[in-house]
Amino acid sequence: MSFVLLAEQVLNGLQLGVMLFLMSAGLTLIFGVMGLINLAHGSLYMIGAFAAASIAGLTGSFILALLAALTGAAIAGGIVEMVVIRRLYRRDHLDQVLATFALILIFSEGTRWVFGSFPLYLDIPTYLQGPVFLPGGIQYPLYRITLILIGLVVAFALWLMIAKTRIGIQIRAGENDREMIAALGIDISKLYTIVFALGASLAGLAGALVGAIQSVEVGMGEPVLILAFVVIVIGGIGSIKGAMVGSILVGLTDTLGGVFLPQILQLFMDISTANNVGSSIASMAIYILMGGVLIWRPTGLYGSRP
Amino acid sequence: MISERMINIILIGLLVIIPAWAYLADEPFTITLMTRAVIFALAAVGLNLALGVGGFVSFGHAAFFGLGGYVMGVLAWHAQSYTPFLEWPFLIEGTQSMPVIWVIAVILSALLALVIGVVSLKTTGVYFIMITLAFAQMMYYFSISWSAYGGEDGLSIYVRNSFPGLNTLDPIQFYSICFIILMAVLALMARLVKSPYGLALNAARQSPKRVEAVGLDLHQLQLLAFVISGAITGLAGALFADLNRFVSPNMFSWQLSGEFIVFIIIGGVGRLFGPVIGALVFVGLEHFLGEINDYWHIYLGLILLLIVLFSKTGVMGLLVKKEAHHG
Repeated sequence: MSFVLLAEQVLNGLQLGVMLFLMSAGLTLIFGVMGLINLAHGSLYMIGAFAAASIAGLTGSFILALLAALTGAAIAGGIVEMVVIRRLYRRDHLDQVLATFALILIFSEGTRWVFGSFPLYLDIPTYLQGPVFLPGGIQYPLYRITLILIGLVVAFALWLMIAKTRIGIQIRAGENDREMIAALGIDISKLYTIVFALGASLAGLAGALVGAIQSVEVGMGEPVLILAFVVIVIGGIGSIKGAMVGSILVGLTDTLGGVFLPQILQLFMDISTANNVGSSIASMAIYILMGGVLIWRPTGLYGSRP
Repeated sequence: MISERMINIILIGLLVIIPAWAYLADEPFTITLMTRAVIFALAAVGLNLALGVGGFVSFGHAAFFGLGGYVMGVLAWHAQSYTPFLEWPFLIEGTQSMPVIWVIAVILSALLALVIGVVSLKTTGVYFIMITLAFAQMMYYFSISWSAYGGEDGLSIYVRNSFPGLNTLDPIQFYSICFIILMAVLALMARLVKSPYGLALNAARQSPKRVEAVGLDLHQLQLLAFVISGAITGLAGALFADLNRFVSPNMFSWQLSGEFIVFIIIGGVGRLFGPVIGALVFVGLEHFLGEINDYWHIYLGLILLLIVLFSKTGVMGLLVKKEAHHG
């Protein structure tokens, strides 16, 4: 278990963590402001990836592909909010779950209909290929470093926006008292559409960025969605800070658990059993983490206490 | 307007007549479809106790369905390969006897429901939805990574398990087993809902504070409902695995958890026979729309969206036009 291996795995964990943050920030914002649980957030992630892969295929430009992912997902999110989602804000959670579950079916099968069942591929642009050399003799893919940086920049921009701008003030006010800010003359339904489209564009960006490492296919969004749920349950629903801390915790636990649990278990049992048992426990590690956090704090690390 | 009791009788009639017709007309595929519907109905009847009566939305009931399936798969696999399941500290052999498998599936599902329930019932609302979903997903990944039992590929069982005195490979006989179990569980549910415990659970959904104020333990009430609910869905999982003679991690998938909720919504939340209607409609749609178009999930999604947005009562509500007595 060398230092280099450890450093690489920590970076992998961070990379997973920041991508999860892009997903869970939107989810937690939408829940915090509108009180809506949105299962279709994974579909927006998928739409971002497909938009990016299509535009990259047409133009060959990765930057244009990312822009397409951002705007494509934002437009899809805006339309869905105006047609379906805004009818759900006053409904109970069961209705929200069912309606957004229905949206997943429609988006997934619709995408399969248009693009077929075969995965698309989105290539890493040449200027982001190859390794970088970090101090301590660590070699790490440049693209993954870029992902971590983009994630951190987006997180910072999101914080700036929410803490310092007018729209951010409106969003925070909307979380606290939606009737009051409507009474102050702010168009609340426009604000909701903007928040939803913002969350959607973050999910779409994540989909496009991850799509270049994995394949772009129908159903790619839901596993990430469920990880993002684990993140916001750990961090506390509605808290962006909680989403950040939760994402990093989940990213690190998942990555480090998968690599090091089998190795640790090898100290106690033979290699093949250790590998089997280790990978089985590692696949459950983040859920055990979630269970532990909930027993300690039922509303998550930064959730509001009832 | 027809009474709910009348509809229930008509439904039981359909569940008898359609397979009987299919048997006489020599249409074994129809019988298999009906078996599928009856097993799905059983799984959703289990969920309905938690969701409809108890009012907590579990989005993770595939965890119990899959566990029931794997109990069948693992025990039957050990039996057909003549290797014991456990040699130490005491010998546990595999088995191909359905009743034994059912008992073990029910017990283990109840235990899993106890563990998941203790953690997740500390929370309510959205937290509960996400946590149950996450635990089911945990079981899904666990089943994939557990390579001793097929991992991602699942386990195939070559001969359907046996039931004393019956030939379970005959579709109509296996259907009869599933039908009788469903009826027995529905009868149990009807009694449970009217029992003092059922009334207390119902009250706990409508007014948790008052239930606590009269001195009942809210957490215990709900936990028991969750355990019974999980056990029934686990039993359905064992039957489903036997129907397909195959188990795979897909039995733990989140889509399945979602579909169980859909059965309840199509039928009508909190109605005793709601899940039965829902499962019949779903299997029917799956079959007929699936023949017309490979992308039939789009239509399912649209239908579901329309039901949620414009009709709160499900099929049962449309027919009866009267509030469910516990819905």
